[in-house]
This record gives sequence, C-alpha cells and structure tokens, in this order.
Amino acid sequence: MANMSLKKNEMPVQAPDVRNKNFAEVALGYTEEQAIDEAKRCLNCKNKPCTTGCPVQIDIPAFIAQVAEGNFAEAYKIITQSSSLPAVCGRVCPQENQCEGKCVRGIKGEPVAIGRLERFVADWHNAQPEAPVEKPAPNGHKVAIIGSGPSGLACAGDLIKKGYDVTIFEALHVAGGVLSYGIPEFRLPKAIVQKEIEGLKALGVKVETNTVVGRTVSVDELMKEEGFESVFIGSGAGLPRFMNIPGENLSGVYSANEFLTRINLMKAYKEGSSTPIKAGTSAVIVGGGNVAMDAARCAKRLGADVTIVYRRTEKELPARAEEVEHAMEEGIVFKFLTNPTEITATEDGWVKGVICQQMELSEPDASGRAKPVPIDGAFFEIKADCVIMSIGTSPNPLIKATTDGLDTQKWGGIIADEDGLTSKEGVYAGGDAVTGAATVILAMGAGKKAAAAMDEYLQNK
Amino acid sequence: MFEILEKKSLNPTVTLMKIYAPRVAKKAEPGQFIILRTDSEGERIPLTVADYDREKGSITIIFQIVGGTTEKLNHMNEGDCLQDFVGPLGRPTETEGLKKVAVVGGGVGCAIAYPVAKKLHELGVEVHSIVGFRNKDLVILEDEFRAASSKFVLMSDDGSVGEKGLVTDALKKLIESGEKYDRVITIGPLIMMKFVCRLTKEYEIPTVASMNPIMIDGTGMCGGCRLTVGGETKFACVDGPEFDGHLIDFDEAMARGAMYKPFERHAHEEACNLFKEVK
Repeated sequence: MANMSLKKNEMPVQAPDVRNKNFAEVALGYTEEQAIDEAKRCLNCKNKPCTTGCPVQIDIPAFIAQVAEGNFAEAYKIITQSSSLPAVCGRVCPQENQCEGKCVRGIKGEPVAIGRLERFVADWHNAQPEAPVEKPAPNGHKVAIIGSGPSGLACAGDLIKKGYDVTIFEALHVAGGVLSYGIPEFRLPKAIVQKEIEGLKALGVKVETNTVVGRTVSVDELMKEEGFESVFIGSGAGLPRFMNIPGENLSGVYSANEFLTRINLMKAYKEGSSTPIKAGTSAVIVGGGNVAMDAARCAKRLGADVTIVYRRTEKELPARAEEVEHAMEEGIVFKFLTNPTEITATEDGWVKGVICQQMELSEPDASGRAKPVPIDGAFFEIKADCVIMSIGTSPNPLIKATTDGLDTQKWGGIIADEDGLTSKEGVYAGGDAVTGAATVILAMGAGKKAAAAMDEYLQNK
Repeated sequence: MFEILEKKSLNPTVTLMKIYAPRVAKKAEPGQFIILRTDSEGERIPLTVADYDREKGSITIIFQIVGGTTEKLNHMNEGDCLQDFVGPLGRPTETEGLKKVAVVGGGVGCAIAYPVAKKLHELGVEVHSIVGFRNKDLVILEDEFRAASSKFVLMSDDGSVGEKGLVTDALKKLIESGEKYDRVITIGPLIMMKFVCRLTKEYEIPTVASMNPIMIDGTGMCGGCRLTVGGETKFACVDGPEFDGHLIDFDEAMARGAMYKPFERHAHEEACNLFKEVK
C-alpha cells in the first residue's frame, strides 16, 4: 500500500544559524527508514512521467521500487545505467523543474522526493566496502576529453566502459571542473566529487591536470601528433561577465567565479590557507542564479552581512527554489527590482558602496520573463566593502581561437548537432561550452550522447 | 612531476630555477607566463617565462622573494619537484615588423625583459636595452643583456653601479639624442612602467607594457587579473599580458595590485619564521 502522505519526508539539515558559520554540508541526507518511507509514496506510474522529465532518462519508478523494498544495491544499479554521477546529481539537480516537476503526486501535494532518494542511494553505495573493479577490455582506440567537469566525466565514463583508451585534459590542478571550483563544499562536498573521479581512474581513465588545451597543446596536435582519433570538448562556460558599470575594477570587486574559486578550489576559507579572500563586513552580490546564491552563502560564512540584489522579483529568480530558501533562512537579505548602476570608491581605491536604481516589471521580453525597466530618478546606495558580480558566464574563447575549422555561435558557444558533432570531423562537444551556462545534469546528458556518437563514429571509421 | 633541474641565486632576493616541464617548454615563447604551486596546499602564482630549452624540456623562471609562496619556492632545491606547473599562458610578445626597439626593464622585471630582448636580437632587430636597479647588489642578467643588445644602459637609484638615475632619464636622453625607435617595450614595477609610458607618449613612440597582476587560473576564468585599457576591461591572462602602454590605467592597476598586501606581508613573515624554526 502506497504511503499517501501529501508531504515529502523532510530531510534533516543543519540549523540555519549554525550552518551559516561553517562550510560543512547543509543537508544531511535521509536515513534508511526515511528513504523507504519516502519511496513508498511513489505510485509506480506505468507511463513514468518523472523519467520523461529527466535529462538522462533514469528509470525512476524502477529504482524507487527497489528502495521501497530495501534493495539499495539494486536501486544503485538501475540509476547508474543512465547516470554517471548520482551522488552529485542527487544534490545539485533542479529536480523541481525536471523529474519532480512531472510527478503525479505533485498535482495534489508534494511530489515524491526523487532527488533526495537518488542522493540516498548514491551515498549508501559510497559507504559500502569497495568491490574490486574489472577494467574493460581495451578496444584499441584512443580518445581525448577536454575538461573534467560534468560533461567530460560523463563522456569519459561511458567511453571507458566500452574499452576506449581515455585521457581527460584539465586546465586546473584539480579535476572536476565547476563541481570542484564552483559549487561550494556545503552544497556538494569535494570528497564526493573526488570519489567519482577516482572511480573513473580505477576503470582506466587517465587524467592530465595542468594542461590548458589551446595553449599547452591544441586540439589539432592531439589528433595529428598524439594519436587521439576523436576529441570531446567539454570546456564549459568559464568566462565571467561583468556589467560594465563604473567602479567594477575597484579593489574588493570579484566575479563570482573568482570568489568561489578562491574558496572552493584554493580553500581560502580554511584557517592558514595561502590564498587570500576578502568578503568584507558587508557584501553585495549581484544576480539571482544558483551561482549568486552560492557566492552569497559563502560570503555569509566568512562573516559578512550579505545582500543579494536582483533586477526582477522573487518569482523570476533563476536559482533553484531550495537554494533561495536556504539563503533566506541563513539571514541573507534580498533586494528585488534593484539594479546596480555604479560602484563607489574609498580614497584608496576600495569599494565603498553600490549605487542602485529601483526597477519595475513591464511586458515579457524575448526570454518570456517580465522585463525590468528602470524607474526614473529612483536611486539609492547600499554600503558595501565587497561586491560580487554573478551575472553569468560565457564559453572560453581559447579553444575556438586555436582549433582550425571549429565553428562557434556569435556569443562563443561551440556549434554542435544533437549528437554533439561539431563542424570538425571527429570532434564532439557538449555541456556549457555548447549551450552556455546551464546545469550539471544537462551537461552530463550531453557528454553521454556524445560518447555514444563517438563510439559509433570510431566503430564505423 | 615538475623537477627543479637547476637553481641559482642571482642576487640576495632573486633566484633562477630551471624546471622540467616538457609540454610547456615545447610551446613557450617570450612574453608568456606559467602558473605554479609549490605544494598541495599552496597558492597558484604566475611567473613569466624567462627562457626555455625545447630539447631538454625545461623552462627557466626567475622570481623575487616577496611573499609566502616565493619564500617557500626559494627553499626548494635541485631534485625537488613542484606540485603543479601549467602553461604557457598568455599571448607571446609581438615582434613582427620591428626594426629598432628600446627594451626598458626595472628590477626583477628584467628577468622578463631579457627573453624579449634576446628574441628580438635573434630576429635581427636593433635592440637598445635600458635596465634599472636600486643598487649594485641587485643587478641581474647584465652579461645576457649586453650580449642581446647593440646598446646597453645600466641605471641605479644610488649610483653604485652604472649611471645614477631612473630608466626614464636614460630613455629620454637616447630619444633626445636622435635615436628613433619603432617601439618601446617596458617591463618592471607599475610605477616605472607608468612613467616610461608617459614619456614615450610625449614622443609618440608606440609602447607596450607587460602587466603582472594578481590572478588565479590564468585561463580567463576568474577575472581577477582584469585591468582597464583604453576604457575597456581586459583580462591580462588571456588578452595580455602585454598591452598598449599609452592606454593602460596604471593607477587602477596599482590599487588592485595592493589588494592583498597586508596578507602577503603576513604570509611572508610566517614562511620566514617557519624556515627559521626548521633551521
């Protein structure tokens, strides 16, 4: 008999006024009992609407049915048939717009907590003693993956299982891409990311860090001189955008990328870290996406009073609902319909404040969201000694600039077809490098699609 | 691993190291830089490529001991390995079409100016090198500069070596004496480059300054190295590190460069104390 409770099982979390002072994970995960109870809320619909909402089509009712029976190992097997990074996706997927958004139980009451169950299954698996892995038999073909973020890891995972000789090239000194440098420890512990990468290495994937493709070596050299028969470009969208307003280059103004990289990759939040960071006493974060929430919550943990300014209203915030909720609980102030026009300076070139203009919403724009328009003369200043610009990122132009015959969109995204094939034979691309900044799961889906296409290409070559 | 093949002290605060990094050595050109970490807890610091040996697969770096990381680096020895070493980053120096160039270096910036002078010299460009140091003890690469230049002027703040005065004094004298340069390339402290650029602007000589701002990744990801050039924001790591010196907002660059000064000073002291204890 299904559990007909209208509400999800709550997931235990650290109390807001405790967690806003530490970097440990906020959400603590279900116990076995909670997971089984939640799994029993699933009606096991025949047409599986949840699965259609999943970018990698996990057989969701099937894995949940196993959880309900307490067969967690079986549940894990079902998830990993479709997903390479369940412990990651269970934590960072925007489930409310995907699987859970389609759940029948959500019509009257809350949907089944699919994300929390995925996370539970992955964490349960990771806590078991490791079974010895069997390396797939080599098929004699050599492929290169550029970038070790979600799309690259997913692509590498599928190709290594098919017997390819896979090398991932990573520009930074740590693999993981945005999972390592971008998403904070309290939302995605780095140990989980490293475990996923170690898993791939155990299967035979080689990871060459400190290699900037486009500078250290080019795509053409990889193919012509180093014997890689096919290349997947998963270099992400790492180039931060700025507003181009006066004062943006003052000391104390960060891109969210820089702020988060200092904290997550360089561990600047730890006592004695050799990388400095200055969140100041009052920080203003500009933007309303997940990255803005991450930056705000990090600044809060470093001791600053934090204000998020966003030019639309709460309803249009692009961040996941849960992230917004968590940020608000942690004491972060939101100023909606607010758009910075200038950053003011102290005499020695530090940030003193942010001059903002009050906005109002008018007709929807091309994106379908109500367009914010400035109200004449309605300016005010917010005092701040740190400003973090979190208004989006674009694909890095380095690979395009150094690869012959690789076509990109005007805004920098690599042009690729449904399967990830680019304008260059043997070269595939996926994730944010193609779509612009999107989600972990979409990037992972693109990596998997490209892996299938690369396999077909190399087998028929 | 990135082994230290050779270590040499150039003066009490400046050290030269040759690092085994074949992928980097294969591609490096003058004007480009690398980023290194000494150990797994270390920060990432950018250093300009001072020389390279494609056959031996080595990159030469020259650094001044200013903060915690350079102090730690200076305590490493031949045979030790660096944790990370990535590059070459940034754009190489543009040398096309040049016939006569004044290379103006100051202090440890001369370590970066030298490979540029050498490359130009090899290309058959007439090179005049003007280098400045605070005093006699701090002079580096004098013989190397002499070998790569048809004219060499050594300046010192206190007159203990070469002529007493600033590099701008020497440059002005050469220009006034009728030397016609198609470009001035200047590398050194921001304040020096600012005044070199101010001088060459008066004489309308195209001038390139090599910027060395604070950065983390060196690939365009963090934007920490941004500066204003001709009213536009540029990233030193991917758009530079060399820019039109007449368009750079040096005052802004100096303010940004001082952002972590107290932290750096503290880190340097900590590192020094640590090594004292070890001794």
